[in-house]
Amino acid sequence: MLAADLLVAQNIGFGVIALLMIVGALRVVTVNNVVHAALWLVVVLSGAAAQYLLLSAEFVAITQVLVYVGAVMVLFLFGTMLTRAKIGAEADLNNKNWAIGVPVALLMLGVMTWVLIDGFGDEKLPNPDQQVPVQALSDDIFGPYLLPFWALSFVLLVAVIGAIVLARKD
Amino acid sequence: MLTVQFLLLGAVLFCIGVYGVLARKNAVMVLMSIELILNSVNLNLLAFSQRLDSIDGNTFALYVIAIAAAEVGVGLAMVLLIYRNRRSISLDELSDMKG
Repeated sequence: MLAADLLVAQNIGFGVIALLMIVGALRVVTVNNVVHAALWLVVVLSGAAAQYLLLSAEFVAITQVLVYVGAVMVLFLFGTMLTRAKIGAEADLNNKNWAIGVPVALLMLGVMTWVLIDGFGDEKLPNPDQQVPVQALSDDIFGPYLLPFWALSFVLLVAVIGAIVLARKD
Repeated sequence: MLTVQFLLLGAVLFCIGVYGVLARKNAVMVLMSIELILNSVNLNLLAFSQRLDSIDGNTFALYVIAIAAAEVGVGLAMVLLIYRNRRSISLDELSDMKG
């Protein structure tokens, strides 16, 4: 396949997945049913994993599927089911002054769009012919970024202990 | 592919997440919106990782995913505790600290 054809295919893939992600994200913040919102979040997170593959980060994409779509979604569904008896639609998931959020979000979007287009314009991403090798990634994590990795392990340990202490019935 | 298309997608997801944090009353929905924000940050990190031909962005994205998992765990435990004490997770009823 020619390189130009591959680029066109990448762009079409990006557009379709991006549209799916934006629709899913809008549904997450507008739908009136907590379980449906969680399932729309699955669409957004899986689309993000696909975008990571387009950005040649296959290990991050796999981690995204394992951690987010696998573990975090189960946590959300557990949280939903433990904190409410009924699963169906509800009328009042929004604050009473939720409308303030619309201009705030639109203003931020406008400023960021202007800055990004002004700053990057039509600059092209380099198009490597292979995904980021996992060996190089592990050399990076266990080499120059070992201390943050260590701190991160400690944070995870503290979070696990804290969650158990908080949620335990006594 | 252009650099700006990934950055713009990240910006759109970030703003939708901010709207969700501001507009939602249910604490679980607010946590979901925070996940949207963290994912948009990851998208930016990976886009810049490819733009600069450096692997550091991938490392940071992995760290962000791990921190997000810890945050959701602790956050849902707190939501569960609030629900157990008050029978409700509406954030606008948690106004005890208001002067």
